[in-house]
Amino acid sequence: MSTIGILGAGKVGTVLARLAVQAGHDVLVSGSGDPADIALTVEVLAPGATATTSADAADRAEIAVLALPLGKHRSVPVEPLADTVVVDAMNYWWEVDGVRDDLTDPRTSTSEVVQAFLPRSRVVKAFNHMGYHDLEDGARPPGADDRRAIAVAGDDDLAVQRVRRLVDDLGFDPVVVGPLAEGVRLEPGTEVFGANVGVGELRAMVDRFDESERGRQVLAARG
Amino acid sequence: MNETTVNDIQFGLDTFGDIPEGKDGRPLSYGDAIRQVTEEAILADQVGVDVIALGEHHRDDFAISSPETVLAGIATRTERIKLSSGVTVLSSDDPVRVFQRFATLDALSNGRAQVILGRGSFTESFPLFGYDLADYETLFEEKIELFTKLLDEQPVTWSGTTRAPLKDADVFPKTDSGRIETWVGVGGSPQSVVRTAKYGLPLMIAIIGGAAERFAPYTQLYERATQQFGTPTLPIGMHSPGFVADTDEDAARIAWPHYKASRDRIGRDRGWPPVTRQQFESEVVHGSLYLGSPETVAQKMARSIAALGVGRFDMIYTSGAVPADDRLRSVELYGREVVPRVRELLAAGSTDRSATTASAAR
Repeated sequence: MSTIGILGAGKVGTVLARLAVQAGHDVLVSGSGDPADIALTVEVLAPGATATTSADAADRAEIAVLALPLGKHRSVPVEPLADTVVVDAMNYWWEVDGVRDDLTDPRTSTSEVVQAFLPRSRVVKAFNHMGYHDLEDGARPPGADDRRAIAVAGDDDLAVQRVRRLVDDLGFDPVVVGPLAEGVRLEPGTEVFGANVGVGELRAMVDRFDESERGRQVLAARG
Repeated sequence: MNETTVNDIQFGLDTFGDIPEGKDGRPLSYGDAIRQVTEEAILADQVGVDVIALGEHHRDDFAISSPETVLAGIATRTERIKLSSGVTVLSSDDPVRVFQRFATLDALSNGRAQVILGRGSFTESFPLFGYDLADYETLFEEKIELFTKLLDEQPVTWSGTTRAPLKDADVFPKTDSGRIETWVGVGGSPQSVVRTAKYGLPLMIAIIGGAAERFAPYTQLYERATQQFGTPTLPIGMHSPGFVADTDEDAARIAWPHYKASRDRIGRDRGWPPVTRQQFESEVVHGSLYLGSPETVAQKMARSIAALGVGRFDMIYTSGAVPADDRLRSVELYGREVVPRVRELLAAGSTDRSATTASAAR
């Protein structure tokens, strides 16, 4: 059992909080401000989790999950997350984040942008590609026939191992796709984005990225 | 559920004014597409549908950017159907003007105007009217605060950062009833649910993917929040896409190519891969797509209404370029066959419904 701090009390944050509570973890959830503003949301949507401030969640978390709009990632407290495993579940969504060239640059994955902002944290991309309702409906025990897969990407092997276990705990099969730079294979505009499929199919989708339009664009930009 | 509550449930039809195909297979003009919606609303009124709700969009695939203008046209040719927006993108509008336009619609329709406020699923209105997406939260928060004050139809004093302040501003016309019925449309953000409860407004939940049942915690959140704020616990509505044809096969055959074209077009902007036939069929069977024969659609609607305990169900009856004649048929089947059948199923299934409500309350 670990202490999981979830930063973001929206659709994805509350679903992940509920799954983490069900898996037996200690779960802290924070919104953008006063914990009192999200206390009822957390009590009803993720019973058993505790509403707190982002600084407190970041400070106490063994694994922190970023589930806020990507455009707001710079509001995350940097210092308390030093050395912590940080799961980046965020996606660039222009309708919320505004049009941001820095978040669509094919040379860098958005998780690399997050890692650059949190230089001393161990960022791992996971839980970004599955819709929140599929996350909610799809959690299954290990070995279930219809268990779905979640892609994981990160540079720090030990951090990746921890997030693999977390994915498994929450009810999904982890599929490690490579370092953070390869997180680009999981972003909006790829076949994987929105994927609610098993391990084999997810791996095939990740591999097909190279031949896709976005894949060719990324390869060309990265030289 | 007793007879009175089943009869109290409101059934609506919603559209964003998708451009349908005409008899020649070519897209209608924007003018014809708007007149088509008017004809559909008149038919909906005749066949007993309770509400017609028109969305506000600013994209080339939808004809309606000014729902209340279309509703004003419908108002003078209908008798009893409520005339609603679905939704009014309040963040990029002026609350005073929104009030005035709907108060005018209320006059033309003898008190049938209704507003559903929302943040909208698209954001084209922001650049169009000179708003910054980064201010999304503040714009909605401030404007809904002002709008709820205006609803009292008394002089308003208000100040904020998103428009000029008002001091004892009296806004006209006043409505005959003294209040415009106002809902808030929410997509799934828990904080939006809580905010709706805070303003004491009824909640309309957009359920556009996945099983309806998973929204049960949201209805609970709304109820708990109204208790906490001391605001009335008003009926909750749900709004989901659907399409009715004479048979299940007809419905899928007619709707699928247009559903796919429309979804893929929107998906390209949002980074979703193309939708597959399997996903479409899964949405019909397990998800929130109410598509098929009147019996299939009625069964599915009755299940969702009972599971969530909602007091209103709106079907988004257009999705892409479904031909105009098929749309009109869908409206007719919805009003004449689906709605009466849903009421019948809900009345017969009263024990199931109370069991669900009891378990949700635990």
